[in-house]
Amino acid sequence: MKEAYEKPVILKLKTGMMNKFGSSPAYIRKIRKEIDGVPVEELVEKFGSPLFVFSEKKLRQKFREVKNAFTLRYPNVEFSWSYKTNYLDAICAVLHQEGETAEVVSEFEYEKARRLGVPGNQIIYNGPYKPYDSLVTAVKEGARINIDHFEEIADLEKVADELGVKPRVGIRLNMDTGIHPQWSRFGFNLESGQALDAVKRIASGGKLELVGLHCHIGTFILDPHAYEVEVRKLVNFAYTVEDQFGFKIDYLDIGGGFPSKNRLKGIYLPPEVAVPSVDEFAERVCSALLSSLRPGDYPKLILESGRAIVDEAGYLITTVHAAKRLPSGLKAYVLDAGVNILFTAFWYKFNIEIDREVYGTSEPCVLYGPLCMNIDVVDDLTYLPPLPRGTRLILSPVGAYNVTQWMQFIRYRPAVVLIGENGEVDLIREAEDLTDIVRREKLPERLKLEW
Amino acid sequence: MGKLERLAINDEGFIFDPETGNSYTVNKTGLFIIKFLKEGKSEEEIVKALSEKFDVSEEDARRDLVDFMEQLRLYGLLEGENV
Repeated sequence: MKEAYEKPVILKLKTGMMNKFGSSPAYIRKIRKEIDGVPVEELVEKFGSPLFVFSEKKLRQKFREVKNAFTLRYPNVEFSWSYKTNYLDAICAVLHQEGETAEVVSEFEYEKARRLGVPGNQIIYNGPYKPYDSLVTAVKEGARINIDHFEEIADLEKVADELGVKPRVGIRLNMDTGIHPQWSRFGFNLESGQALDAVKRIASGGKLELVGLHCHIGTFILDPHAYEVEVRKLVNFAYTVEDQFGFKIDYLDIGGGFPSKNRLKGIYLPPEVAVPSVDEFAERVCSALLSSLRPGDYPKLILESGRAIVDEAGYLITTVHAAKRLPSGLKAYVLDAGVNILFTAFWYKFNIEIDREVYGTSEPCVLYGPLCMNIDVVDDLTYLPPLPRGTRLILSPVGAYNVTQWMQFIRYRPAVVLIGENGEVDLIREAEDLTDIVRREKLPERLKLEW
Repeated sequence: MGKLERLAINDEGFIFDPETGNSYTVNKTGLFIIKFLKEGKSEEEIVKALSEKFDVSEEDARRDLVDFMEQLRLYGLLEGENV
């Protein structure tokens, strides 16, 4: 009987290094053999590696958690799914089933929502660049449009003339809520008086009906107080508009920006400690609303939460292709997934789980992707036991932005599967092949090669 | 006498380098390899010994041995006849 094997490791001992959490990374090891009951190996055998895996159970659970937090505290709430966070049909369909409307920021996203069967009046159309034709369509179909700049007011007035209707619109505001960086490039600034000028401009034109205010203060906001400031300023401004111009503000859209339980690089505390709960955000928002609204007035509160809902429902399975030793002594692994499909690796430190028990002491290592590019680093320093070739790593949370911002660069984009609530596994996006990439290419006759 | 021969190594895998004052810990497999290196065994002999004693293929053992010797070299523990 042979003895169990452990890869040979030698570690230099350092004195004077303290670890106040008492749990050295050398002993922390997270194993995950399945996702929602489906073995990791089975998923890879069937759909290949790397592989994005979404959990329908987790997605619905997360949405209901956010929904409950707000609807328990305020009587009139709408959730609008931020398409740019993840516009895979299957993901959008799950959230539309749960009652979310669609929040889009381009004609492409608008068309994708319509194609999926979302009625125009269940779409919120945001963004700084709305081509004229898309405004015509959106007005015709009754979408809610939040205006970003003065040119767009003029465009919409033209659409109103063309169609002979009075479109109901919102305007986007930007404001100081005490957080940095302050997003000032979208919409009209509140403090400078620009927002009020926009309202004056709309009122004097007489062709648009102002019915909503929109604001989105930033992304991955860790301070719930900022939302309280945002809400109070929106309510005050709404009443100024109502009292001075006779419009009725039907909705206050506070955007999104709620964080997920992901670890931002540069933040020392783990996300369980650093990220406030959704209840805390809901409490601040709703109590600010209820304390500043006039009696009997309950305008619709719209939330465009994206990351907070989908991020934790997404996993990426990736395979160790090679191990190497850098001249610095650091161990390095080459994975089959890199920043081409993990855009968020630039600012997040993912949770890394291993698909099997691996014996041996953890050592510091760096995880590289498969690209022949120096920037392709998935994790610049983590602690893992000596991993044999072929080990699968499960990275999470990766459900937000990765499958929309991924690039077809050097490698094909991998398959995406959804695990249903009863453990059924559905392919929701096939892995790409050469035909996807060359479909739009044209080679001039004179350049045809004759080898 | 090579560098490895001057190291103080105990049975638990604790290593002390009297020249630099550095100390190291090594796991069971690592200790096994160092013992053979001190005896001047060749890489092929070590690979064979590893696969006979432990539940590992010669191919995996060879790959790990290369990496382990790389680590020893980076710590300055391999020199002279061992290199």
